[in-house]
Amino acid sequence: MPDAFPDFTPVNLLTGFLGSGKTTLLRRLLQDPALSDTAVLINEFGEVGLDHHLLERIDDTMVLLQSGCVCCTIRGELAQAMRDLQSKRERGIVPPFRRLIMESTGLADPFPVLSTLKSDPVLRHHFKAANVITTLDAVNGLVQLESHGESVRQAAIADAIVLTKTDLTDEPAIARLMQRVRRINPDAPFVDAQGDHFDVDRLLSGASGSGEGAPSKGGFYCEEPVSAIGEAGSAHQKPVHSFVMIIDARIDWTAFGLWLTMLLNRHGDKVLRVKGILNIEGEDNPVAIHGVQHLVHTPVHMTGWPSDDRRSRIVFIVDGLDADLIRRSFSAFNRLGLPQPAVKITETA
Amino acid sequence: MCSLCGILGSNEHWADAVARPGVFTRNAERVDRRRERAKRVRIAGRILTEFGMSLSDWQGSSFLLSTSTGKTEMVEDLGHLWPLAEKISGRVCDPLSHSLIEKLEGGGDA
Repeated sequence: MPDAFPDFTPVNLLTGFLGSGKTTLLRRLLQDPALSDTAVLINEFGEVGLDHHLLERIDDTMVLLQSGCVCCTIRGELAQAMRDLQSKRERGIVPPFRRLIMESTGLADPFPVLSTLKSDPVLRHHFKAANVITTLDAVNGLVQLESHGESVRQAAIADAIVLTKTDLTDEPAIARLMQRVRRINPDAPFVDAQGDHFDVDRLLSGASGSGEGAPSKGGFYCEEPVSAIGEAGSAHQKPVHSFVMIIDARIDWTAFGLWLTMLLNRHGDKVLRVKGILNIEGEDNPVAIHGVQHLVHTPVHMTGWPSDDRRSRIVFIVDGLDADLIRRSFSAFNRLGLPQPAVKITETA
Repeated sequence: MCSLCGILGSNEHWADAVARPGVFTRNAERVDRRRERAKRVRIAGRILTEFGMSLSDWQGSSFLLSTSTGKTEMVEDLGHLWPLAEKISGRVCDPLSHSLIEKLEGGGDA
């Protein structure tokens, strides 16, 4: 492979509620010249309506599109499909690809995929998780969020939200939908699929699920977490909600590791996302953490603070957990590692 | 190689991956590594006390998790600590438990 190709191929996950425009988006992505060096894993070729004149069939599960994009279906185990793809790449049967997009139909959360990428003895040397992209129907999205828990979870775990069918509704309706999403996912950028500035490359290389890169300004380093995230009243023990812990004291890494591993061991299935920028005792620069359910990505040492504010910020997106209890628990654990008597946490939700 | 214990074939646990002195086995001074391990044992021990368990260092390479009745398991990293603790104690180790939080808030050391 050319040197320009990354050591680890980033894997983007594409998810979204039934009828939310996921397949339309995928079809559009497949036709984009920007994705000529991309492999796509989908459930069925039939779903995306590939034009048989524009493809070269490699085998039963794999085709090469005229654009250069490799398209494969997943039959059976995901890990096996990815290994097969990797093997064909190594042997030159398919062109080298720079990234992999995976359609996760019916998958409410990316945990099984992330877990596969992290733990498979072959895949973990070749692939790494990139961002999770969720399609959200601008016409029916609000109803889906109100009535389908799965839709809420898909919005909660997104690193980027692609609003589809925005040309079929009006701006106030879109604004209401975005406001609703902000209550469950405080920082995922919105991308208008119908917009003039829809940039596929930017969408796919956006906020990384691996926790790499700078934290988003509007994300866990948001200046006004209360207005951005909080709902009138309290967010405690709502089915899915987000809150921010802003921590004045420096964090003891040892105590933090024990606390978060203990929290995720017991409540990992209810911690949809945890994402933060930490001021660690003994460290000059912040450390970014990013976790999805039971899985925490390798923490990233950032090169500097995004602003003069040196307070740690941790965003939680949780399903039914009590925000106050999490704050109190963290504070109690952090005390065990630090010399000072108490940790002050600013109330934000 | 596990960065905490230096055992071949282990995955690095995320809590071991911050380059504080003592956390990176291969790059840090031996005394820093021992100091970090001792701190882990102390803080984890404080929490485990509430569940009738204790943690100790084993040869500077792993940890020994024990119940008050003598059941003992070897623990490689924090990823394995809590599932094993729940298994050998038969208790739910919940950091959001009111009673645990109240006890920890009551004082730093048991």
